[in-house]
Amino acid sequence: MPYIPHTQDQQKEMLETIGLGSMDELFQDIPETLTPEKFDLPRGRSEMEVTTFLRQLASRNRTGLKSFLGAGFYDHYIPAAAPALVSRSEFYTAYTPYQAEASQGSLQALFEYQTAMARLMDMDYANASVYDGGTAIYEAMMMAVRHTRRKKIVISSDLSPIYQHMLQCYTKNLHLHLETVDQSNGLPDTKGLARALDQETAALIVQNPNFFGSISDYSDLFQQCAAMGAVSIISVYPVLQSVLKTPGEMKADIAVAEGQSLGLPLSFGGPYLGIMTCSRSLIRQMPGRIVGKTRDSRGREGFVLTLQAREQHIRREKATSNICSNQSLCALQALAYICLMGPAGLEQTALKSMELARYAADKLTSIPGVSLLNKAPFGNEFAIRLPVSAYDLVDSLVPRGFVPGFPLGRYYPGLENCLLMACTEKISPTDIGMLSELIRGAL
Amino acid sequence: MKTIFQKSIPGRTSAQQTRTGPARPELIPESLSRQSPPDLPRVSELDVVRHFTGLSRQNFGVDSNFYPLGSCTMKYNPKFMEQVAALPGFTDLHPLLPQLKGAGLYTQGALQVIYDLEDLLCRITGMDAYTLQPMAGAHGELTGAMLMAAYHRKKGNRKTRLIVPDSAHGTNPSSAAIAGYEVVSIQSKDGIIDPAALKQVLDENVAGIMMTCPNTLGLFETHLPEIVDLIHSVDGLLYYDGANLNAILGRMLPGRAGFDVVHLNLHKTFGTPHGSGGPGSGPVGVNKKLEPFLPVSRVVRLEDGQFFLKYDYPDTIGYIAPFYGNFSVMLKAYAYILRLGREGLLRVSENAVLAANYLRKRLEKQLVIPYNRICMHEFVASAVNQAQNGVRAVDIAKALLDKGHYAPTVYFPLIVKECLMIEPTETETKETLDTFVDDLLEILTRAETDPEAIKSSPKNLPVTRLDEVLAARTMHLCG
Repeated sequence: MPYIPHTQDQQKEMLETIGLGSMDELFQDIPETLTPEKFDLPRGRSEMEVTTFLRQLASRNRTGLKSFLGAGFYDHYIPAAAPALVSRSEFYTAYTPYQAEASQGSLQALFEYQTAMARLMDMDYANASVYDGGTAIYEAMMMAVRHTRRKKIVISSDLSPIYQHMLQCYTKNLHLHLETVDQSNGLPDTKGLARALDQETAALIVQNPNFFGSISDYSDLFQQCAAMGAVSIISVYPVLQSVLKTPGEMKADIAVAEGQSLGLPLSFGGPYLGIMTCSRSLIRQMPGRIVGKTRDSRGREGFVLTLQAREQHIRREKATSNICSNQSLCALQALAYICLMGPAGLEQTALKSMELARYAADKLTSIPGVSLLNKAPFGNEFAIRLPVSAYDLVDSLVPRGFVPGFPLGRYYPGLENCLLMACTEKISPTDIGMLSELIRGAL
Repeated sequence: MKTIFQKSIPGRTSAQQTRTGPARPELIPESLSRQSPPDLPRVSELDVVRHFTGLSRQNFGVDSNFYPLGSCTMKYNPKFMEQVAALPGFTDLHPLLPQLKGAGLYTQGALQVIYDLEDLLCRITGMDAYTLQPMAGAHGELTGAMLMAAYHRKKGNRKTRLIVPDSAHGTNPSSAAIAGYEVVSIQSKDGIIDPAALKQVLDENVAGIMMTCPNTLGLFETHLPEIVDLIHSVDGLLYYDGANLNAILGRMLPGRAGFDVVHLNLHKTFGTPHGSGGPGSGPVGVNKKLEPFLPVSRVVRLEDGQFFLKYDYPDTIGYIAPFYGNFSVMLKAYAYILRLGREGLLRVSENAVLAANYLRKRLEKQLVIPYNRICMHEFVASAVNQAQNGVRAVDIAKALLDKGHYAPTVYFPLIVKECLMIEPTETETKETLDTFVDDLLEILTRAETDPEAIKSSPKNLPVTRLDEVLAARTMHLCG
C-alpha cells in the first residue's frame, strides 16, 4: 500500500503488543450500526497513472492566452527563485510554529514578512497573514466593530464587488448595518461617503486603486472618519504600493490587501494571501498569527508566536477571530518575491505595468466609439466604454487567443458596455497593438 | 541569524527588470505619489537564496523529523502531488476566466477537478453535496455554522444556541460565536459526551451541536446514535468537525451516521502539506436538507458532459470566498485520493489507529494515560506524575525536540492536566515509533534523576528556551 511502511509481520507484532488479534478489533468502539455497508470509491492507481490523468486535465485548460484580465488578481512575472526557495520541504512540510525552538526558520521568515508588509504599506504593524484579500477586509471590519463597539459600516461601491459579496455573506447573522455609497462612472463619491459617516459608524471601507483601476487620495476622508471616532480601512494593490501614496501617508487605521500579485501564481483562485496591517493602537484587535522577537535563556535573539491571548485556542468563543492557520507558505513566497525584487524592482514593475496600461488606453481610445469611463488617474488597470456589449466582445476574441478584459456589467448594472482592462509587465506593446486592431475590426 | 533587512546593502539589487520604466511623474501626479520608496531589502539573488536556505535549516518538517502532533495529522506528503499542482495548465489560470461568456470552455480541466473531488468527498463522508471554497478548517467551521443558521432562518426557527463539548478545538466555539450563536459548553464523562449532560441543556433554542468524532481525546463517541436522535428531536443539526477523519476513513461515514454538516481538513487527512501554517483547505459537505444553502458558485455538469459554474441558488448563503477555494491544495488532495483509492484509504485508518495504540501501550507504564483503552488515531497522555517533580509537559516536549522529534501537542485538550496528545499517523515506520518511545522513556527517567536537565532543554537547537512573556511585553513585531 502506498506510503504505509509496515510489513505484515510488523503489523502482527504491533497488534500483539496492544493485545489484539486483528485489525478489526481496533475499531471495536464504533457501534455496528454505524459501520458502512460499502465504501464506494474507485480502486487506487499508480503514481504514473494519476500523473498522466492530471496532465490530461491540465491540458484541457486553455492557458497561453494574451490576457488583460485583472479585477484584483494579476499575472505578474514570478522570479524562479521564489517558488524554488519556498519548495524547500523544511518550510512546506512543517507545522504552525508553536514549538518555537524547532521552528526558527518559519518564525523569522514570518517576522521578516510582517516587517516587509508594514514597510510596504507604511503602517506600524502587520500580522503573519490571513486567507485572502477578502477575508482580510472582513477581519479588518470586525476589528473596527470590536474597537468602536458600533454597528454601522460605510462602504464605497467601487470596492471590489467580489469582496462586497463576501462582506454581505459574513455579516448576515451579526446585526451589523452595511451602508453602501454608490460610485459614479467608476469613481468613489467622496462627498457621499463623508455624509454617511456619523457617530454610529464603526468603519469606512475604501479601495485604492479602486475596482475600476483609478487612484484617489483619501487623506481628507480618513481625517473626517477619525473625527467621528470611526476606523478607516483601505484595501490596496501591493505591487503599486511601491509608488502610490501610502495608507500610512493618508493616515489610515487599517490597510489590507490581496497579496497574490507579490509572486503567487493565479492558480484558478488560490491559495492567495490576505495582508493585514494596522496602526499601533489597534494591534490587540488584530486577528490571526503574530510573530514577535524575544530572547532565549542565554540572551540570544529568537522569535515566537506572540499575543496569543487574543486567539481561539485560549479565548475560545471570546477570541478576536476563529482563524487558526494563516497562509504561511504564501506569505513566505511573497517575502521571497519582495527580497528578489527589492524596492527598485518593485517600482520598475509597477511603473512598467502602468506605462503599458497608459499605452493601451491611448491605443484603444483612438478607436472610434471607444472612450475611457472617466478621466481620473489610473494605475495598471482602466475601464473603457464600448459601442457594443463588453460580454460579446470578449466572447468573440477569446477564440482568437485574446482575453481583452473583464466585462463590468457582470457586477455593475448599466455598465454592460464597459470593459475593465489590466496590464502587467508580461504584456508587450505588440500584444496591445494586436488587440487594438482586433477590437477595431470587431466594432 | 541576521534578518534579511540586516543583510541589506544600499545600491545592491537582484535586478529583476531588464529595463527601467518611464519617469514616475508622467504616470502619477505628485499628490497621489509615495514620498519615499519603501525600506525593503536591497540584496542579490544569491543573498536571498542563502538566506532562505539558512532559515529552512532552522526548521523541523515532516521530511526531516517525526511529527507526532495530536489532532494535526502530520503524515508524509507524497511528492508527486507537488508536481501535478505545479503544472502550468493549472497555475496559470485566471479565476475569472470561466466567468466570461463562453469561456467556461477553456477551464474544463480545472472545473472537472472541482466536480470530481466533490463527488469523491461525498463518497468518503456519506454526504450529498460539497463546497470546496472554505480556505481552511476553521473557515469551513464558520461556513458550516452559517449554513446551519440559514437552514433555521428559512424554517422560521428562532434558535440562538449552539452546543460545543468541552473537548472541542478552540476554533469550534470561536466559529460558532462568529456565526452569531451563543456557545453552550457541555462536560464530557469518561472522555466522551454524556447524553444526560446533553439533555440538561437541550431545548427548542438549540440550533445544533459541533462534534469531533473520534474526539480530541482520541476516543470514539460511542453514544453517537443517541446524540443524533436527541439533537434531531429538537430540529437541531449535527456538525461534524473532520479534524480526525483520518481515524475513520471507510469505517464510519459521518453523513450516514446522522451528521448534517461536515468539514474536512484536506491538509490533514489527504496528505497535502501543512506549510508551516497554511495554506489549508476546509471543504464543507452537507446532506439534502442543507444543500440549497451552499455558497455560490457551484460546479455542475451538463448533459453533454461539459462543466459550468452555476450561481442561481435562491437560498444560498452567498460568497464565502472570492472564487473556488484553495485550488492547488484541492488538486493535491484529489491526486492523493485517486492514488490511494478505496483499499488505500482503508489501510490509512487501519494503520493510523494501529500506530497510536502501539505507542499508547508502550508508554502506559511511564506516563499516566487518563483514558487507557483502545484509542483511535491519537491518544492523550498526562505528565502529572512528572510535574510533581517539577518537570512539566512543556519540558518533556522541549526535551523531545533535542532528540530530533517534533513534540506532541501540549496542554490540549484543556480538560486534561499536563497533557501530551500524541498522533503518530500511518506513514511512520515501526523503527521510528520505537526510537520515539526509547527517547521519550529516557527523558522520563532523566526527569526523575536530573529534572534540571530536562527543564533546561532544548540545548541542541539554534536557540534555547525562548521567553514568550518578554515577547508579549516588548511587542517587537517588526524589524
